[in-house]
Amino acid sequence: MPQSTSLRGWGRTAPTTATVLLPRSPDDVSAAIERAGPRGVIARGLGRSYGDPAQNAGGTVLDMTALATIHSIDAESGLVDLDAGVSLDTLMRAALPYGLWVPVLPGTRQVTIGGAIGADVHGKNHHTKGSFGNHVRSIDLVTADGSVRRLTPDGPDSELFWATVGGMGLTGVVVRATVQLHRTESAYFVVDTDRTADLDELMGLLTDGSDDTYGYSAAWFDTTTTGAQLGRAVLTRGSLATVDQLPPKLRRDPLKFDAPQLLSFPDVFPNGLANRYTLRAFSELWYRKAPKRQRGSIQNITAFYQVLDLFGDWNRVYGSRGFLQYQFLVPFGEEATFRRIVEKIAASPHASGLNVLKRFGDANPAPLSFPQPGWTITVDFPIARGLHRLCEELDALVLSAGGRFYLAKESRVSAATFRRGYPRFDEWRKVRDAVDPEGVFASDMSRRLELTK
Amino acid sequence: MIDAVGNPQSILLLGGTSDIGLAVVEAFAGDRPLRVVLAARPTERLDAARSRLEARGCAVEIVPFDAEAFDTHADVVRKAFTGGDIDVAVVAFGVLGDNEQAWTDMSQAVRLAQVNYTAAVSVGVALAERMREQGHGSIVAFSSVAGERARRSNFVYGSTKAGLDAFYYGLTEALRPHGVTVTIVRPGFVHTRMTEGKRPAPLATTPEAVAALTVDAVRRRRELIWAPGAWRFVMSALRHLPRAVFRRLPI
Repeated sequence: MPQSTSLRGWGRTAPTTATVLLPRSPDDVSAAIERAGPRGVIARGLGRSYGDPAQNAGGTVLDMTALATIHSIDAESGLVDLDAGVSLDTLMRAALPYGLWVPVLPGTRQVTIGGAIGADVHGKNHHTKGSFGNHVRSIDLVTADGSVRRLTPDGPDSELFWATVGGMGLTGVVVRATVQLHRTESAYFVVDTDRTADLDELMGLLTDGSDDTYGYSAAWFDTTTTGAQLGRAVLTRGSLATVDQLPPKLRRDPLKFDAPQLLSFPDVFPNGLANRYTLRAFSELWYRKAPKRQRGSIQNITAFYQVLDLFGDWNRVYGSRGFLQYQFLVPFGEEATFRRIVEKIAASPHASGLNVLKRFGDANPAPLSFPQPGWTITVDFPIARGLHRLCEELDALVLSAGGRFYLAKESRVSAATFRRGYPRFDEWRKVRDAVDPEGVFASDMSRRLELTK
Repeated sequence: MIDAVGNPQSILLLGGTSDIGLAVVEAFAGDRPLRVVLAARPTERLDAARSRLEARGCAVEIVPFDAEAFDTHADVVRKAFTGGDIDVAVVAFGVLGDNEQAWTDMSQAVRLAQVNYTAAVSVGVALAERMREQGHGSIVAFSSVAGERARRSNFVYGSTKAGLDAFYYGLTEALRPHGVTVTIVRPGFVHTRMTEGKRPAPLATTPEAVAALTVDAVRRRRELIWAPGAWRFVMSALRHLPRAVFRRLPI
């Protein structure tokens, strides 16, 4: 029997074992697919999805991180041609000297290109730039028959292109892609901060039209306070700085990428350390440390954007039982639902520290792409008794508002609940089944949510 | 698949009419309906269990299973897995017997040993093979406090549960590298069909209470629990008593 490896997602829940292979070329990927056993194959990048999409119990998992060459960066057009295992962090460091910026960055840069396409990741600039798939110009996909297909967003295989964007690796293995980068003068942001007393003030700021004047926007909100302080928040919005906006000291090297990792957490945290009391204290601190109102602050990427990237293995703080991240969206006009959800969390024995609210812009053509116009909300809960019940209640609220769940974060909804949020699921399924009739591509998530046959 | 908060999608109950086993299935189903495979001899009780679970929204399959027909076990387990992965398999069949008859009547003693021990080992091997192939899952085996230290009043049953317990204890380690969790449950006196008419022992409990503890243990991937938990301390004390004292206890 081949060596089996235990795998789990970033939330550290639901481990299963699989045979992990490390392909070094597209040919290796084809060979692995041809040799796949009855439990199939799935690609895995840096394991930042919270649930189970990059694990395949009893089957094969392809660790894509050895396919990590940046083939070319065209400084003129901003097009970059690179392997699927390249991380956004690596890409960013390589592209900045050319004055090029990765157009969509999620909350961590530790994501591969393949993963960014498979989950169609989004960032704080979704309302201005859309999700990652909007910026992909071509995908090289190894399909179930072992052949490599080049897909483009509007070419003959456009259906398969858009089924692959957000398709969670279930259409094939992305081995290479071309991505359109954007031009930037600096690697710094000009940031405005507003601390709001409650949820209503926050929603007011997000709907008064001012949001569109910023490239990037997201709010942290408090789920541990109730009453008059319910949903108090810190809204940070900014845009990439031009050289003129930088202080003289930073002007000398405006494209300097300043993102150190301060420390990496050891695996020593007990279960229960992240609880309602510590998370309440954390929330209080997080709220208090933010300025009430600040304009034009110059911040680097970790300060403004990817604070958690300062810490390696931060998920260990939640202990061995792990945590789940609960991200959903509700359409515009369903603000009351959002409010009820915050109230429900605040009233429950469960607590969440890292809560994000963001206004989404337009959707892209991918049937399983998560973002669409509305509010997206992310909270995360340490795994504890009774969490299932709370989440089921939240599910019902989300669905009744016409909302949906984000597969890169998802780890526990039922197949029926997932499907109700994605009315175009059958359309995706048809394209997928045509390109993989035998069901070679499979993951724990695809079995759990019945995404494949 | 078992999700992040420990909900399974499918469960196999070997001993499909066991009171405790059915209580476990119903406890899981109470949180979220699931696919249920009941392996048991076809009886009215089985039909009733099926209807009850279907009323809860579960999809129920029935696989005929006779614990004493060892040569059919591989086939029974294979059939149970034909509808897809089994996330949780519960080994819940067993007989209590009458101790005075059992230790004086060879055929009764052998029957107890075969149903409670040999059959449990037999299905354990078959389950282990399927679970290793699927790379995930959870096996629950119902042991008993009676297996912890043999008592004069119940030692034939106790010896069969001691054997089962030792087998699944080792299986826990053997399956761990394959991503499969084994949970041994050691209940004390439980009010069931099996103990009907017997005098309840201290710490007596109900199938529902045992099921609640079992479901919690599966969700948290715990490998050994007592039901109720106080048995752990009681048995730990009893285990260390000198034989001369233990013999004189009215148990």
